[in-house]
Amino acid sequence: MKLVTEQRDGRTVLMIKEGRLDAHNSGELKDRILKLFEEGGRDLVVDLADVQFIDSSGLGALLSGHKNAIHRSTGFALVGLQPRVKAMFELTRLQRVFEIYPGLREALDA
Amino acid sequence: MLSAEDRMCKTSETILNLDIVVPSQTRYLRLIGNIAEQLARDLDGEKSDRETLAYHLNLVVTEAVTNAIQYGCTNDRKNKIRILLSIENSDLCVRVYDYGQGFDIEAVPAPDIDELSERGRGIFFIRSLMDHVEYRKTESGNVLEMKKRLT
Repeated sequence: MKLVTEQRDGRTVLMIKEGRLDAHNSGELKDRILKLFEEGGRDLVVDLADVQFIDSSGLGALLSGHKNAIHRSTGFALVGLQPRVKAMFELTRLQRVFEIYPGLREALDA
Repeated sequence: MLSAEDRMCKTSETILNLDIVVPSQTRYLRLIGNIAEQLARDLDGEKSDRETLAYHLNLVVTEAVTNAIQYGCTNDRKNKIRILLSIENSDLCVRVYDYGQGFDIEAVPAPDIDELSERGRGIFFIRSLMDHVEYRKTESGNVLEMKKRLT
């Protein structure tokens, strides 16, 4: 799974360079997010711009990150949701749970 | 391409049947999902509707096969997943077979938004996006049957 992290304005940005999040790679994503927090990453921003497909396990991995951020009293934002990915958040009403911004710039400025 | 005429002329038969068997491994989810997506995309109909259906089909097939991999395969001999994609009359049908102990689909609760559980949305997606969903035991294993009306 291709995941790229970089520091932007003091925040950790995790870019998911995969077209598809499903049960084959969502476990790896979940582990990477947890590791970033464990290594002291704060106010994580997950960039989903390349993701065209997400299933329930992909949503689960992101929820794990969200809950972990709450536990550590830090931020966890999602950016770059493609229309069909966004529709899955809406169907499960998870768009009300996550902090979601259109793009990275908006998240960093928030 | 399958025209509406084709479907109307053959009122009670299977027009198309794709019988797929893959190892019970998550690495095949993408392949199976993409086959289902492409099948829906090639159907006649309004393009944007078909694109949405194609995405939904990819999702429900992915969820159903994930379930079969995680809960279905208890013995080694049958460490394969069978997926049947077909068009029957005016229904697009997906059947995913597993060889495990099975489960009661009616007992699967809808996800509770307040609980923020990381699991349990797969069956919810299948129920939300398909018109008919049934899980039953057959001689050739358990089958999760999902249908979507095409008219």
